[in-house]
Amino acid sequence: MDILITGILLGGTYALIAMGLNLQYGVARIMNLANGEILVAGGYFAFIAYTATQLSPILTIFLVAPLAFALNWLIYRLMLQPLVNRAKNRGQLETDSILATFGLSFIGVGLMLSFFGGDYFSYSFMAFPVELLGNTYGANRVLSFVMAVLICGALYLWLNRSRAGLSIRAIATAPASARLVGIDVKHLSALAFALGGAVTAVGGALISTYLTLDASTGVVFTLKALIIVIMGGVGDVRGTIVAALLLGILETLVASLLDPGLTLAAAYVMFLGILLFRPQGLFGKKPT
Amino acid sequence: MSLTATDIRNLCLASLVFAICALLPLGDQGYWLGLGVTIAMFTALATSWALFSGPTHYISLATAAFFGVGTYVTGLGIDTLPFWSLVGLAGVIGAVLAALVGLATLRLSGVYFVIFTLGLAELVRQVITWVQNNSGQKGLYVLTDLDEAGIYWWLLGLSAAVFLTGWLIGRSRLGFALRIIGDDETVAAHSGINTARAKVLLFMVPGAVAAMTGAILAPRYVYIEPSLAFAPILSFQVVIMALLGGASRLWGPVLGVIPFTFLLEAVSSNFPNQTTLVIGVAFLVIVYLLPGGFVGLMGRINRHLNTREGA
Repeated sequence: MDILITGILLGGTYALIAMGLNLQYGVARIMNLANGEILVAGGYFAFIAYTATQLSPILTIFLVAPLAFALNWLIYRLMLQPLVNRAKNRGQLETDSILATFGLSFIGVGLMLSFFGGDYFSYSFMAFPVELLGNTYGANRVLSFVMAVLICGALYLWLNRSRAGLSIRAIATAPASARLVGIDVKHLSALAFALGGAVTAVGGALISTYLTLDASTGVVFTLKALIIVIMGGVGDVRGTIVAALLLGILETLVASLLDPGLTLAAAYVMFLGILLFRPQGLFGKKPT
Repeated sequence: MSLTATDIRNLCLASLVFAICALLPLGDQGYWLGLGVTIAMFTALATSWALFSGPTHYISLATAAFFGVGTYVTGLGIDTLPFWSLVGLAGVIGAVLAALVGLATLRLSGVYFVIFTLGLAELVRQVITWVQNNSGQKGLYVLTDLDEAGIYWWLLGLSAAVFLTGWLIGRSRLGFALRIIGDDETVAAHSGINTARAKVLLFMVPGAVAAMTGAILAPRYVYIEPSLAFAPILSFQVVIMALLGGASRLWGPVLGVIPFTFLLEAVSSNFPNQTTLVIGVAFLVIVYLLPGGFVGLMGRINRHLNTREGA
């Protein structure tokens, strides 16, 4: 029970991060491998804001989100749009964007290393216990989970109820047809990419309240987010959430029963299962 | 198999180049030989990488995983088996592992493959660390009488074997099938090519070569531990070198290996903290300025000159 709840609390934040990546991959068609660095940058921002001015991370996210949005919008417009324009087919865009975002990822790590050094960073925010169903958990974990649920819920409503959300889902389903019904694919792709970056950075700010990060941990989160997106199905909000919770629970299980050093192996086992048995994602339909 | 006059000339030229390279340890035993080892190592790695990724356009980041497995083969077996058999054994294990990874991922789209290989080195590292923690053993000592020159000759021989393999594949039915897959996978599948099988078979080549490279280099490390053997950065260096040179020609990657080795050498001795940044910039240079690498650049210059002459 203890493991289950810790796992779900962790999975909530994973869901948020994977949701960000899913927006970028599902709509903007960019496999963003620099996603983890955006997350770590969000974490650094919260860390600095908290240690320098005692600003609560819950307030910091309202600063992190617009900053990350602007940064990701610029990255998409300046660096990724030219690749979209020059690509002759989907495969070429995939290869190009993978290489370009690898470059961005390394540059991000390099910049953070030279500004902040290679040390782990953490701070003590709301580090008092709360009781849930007979066991105690860190208040910061519970708070992060609640925030993640709120943001995921808001995103879900926005995607399913608003006109912009409808257009974005249309692009995710059929990018070529979306243009025919008068959807500005270029504009909305940039928007989705930027929004995805903002969501990820917020996830980073939240995760930094209870996990220690360092400049080069980004790639681990990128990998986990990618596995969640593939498992949940590209563009599938419900699948993403279920997959994130499953990964959170499985990781906590492995960490507490076997060894905390084997969490990536747990994620891989899950990934392998998906590849072998359900490559179309948890709720995806079999391609005909 | 019939050889044309050009083939024979190219083979002779290649043998001559390798023979000249083999003389390096006679001239210098210090700095330049060390650099020679690095270049020979990356030539084997990047050329074999491009054999797979050139025609398929799949970006493999598994090099570090196979390399690490190779060093562990030497580390575990050096007390009981002769060195040459360990290199061969590492090659077999590398090829089998590559086949397993390929079977799991290469039937699906390229993205799954990239993601799977991205974390592969880290995964193997975690598992080995865990096994070592549980068995109480921390690292492995590799003590041999193999010196730097010996390692260099081994690596040079391996590179020569990689070139020969690549040349033979290019002339075989498999090579022909791969070129079609690279141009258009749907067409390939419709003309009766088992695309998944061809890709898995080909992926075994870089897997085996990377494991053998690791096995050869293990004596140089003397003490092997997981974080050293499975450094993920190796995979990225190989990708950059191969693409910088150009993965579409057999001799392309070498053109990237040599300048990038010198560049990294200069950067790491002058600005040791900026290597990550340099690798990042190198990726962007490849995507935005040098698509197709130096090979592609040479092709464009040639075309440009030809059209000027024609006009």
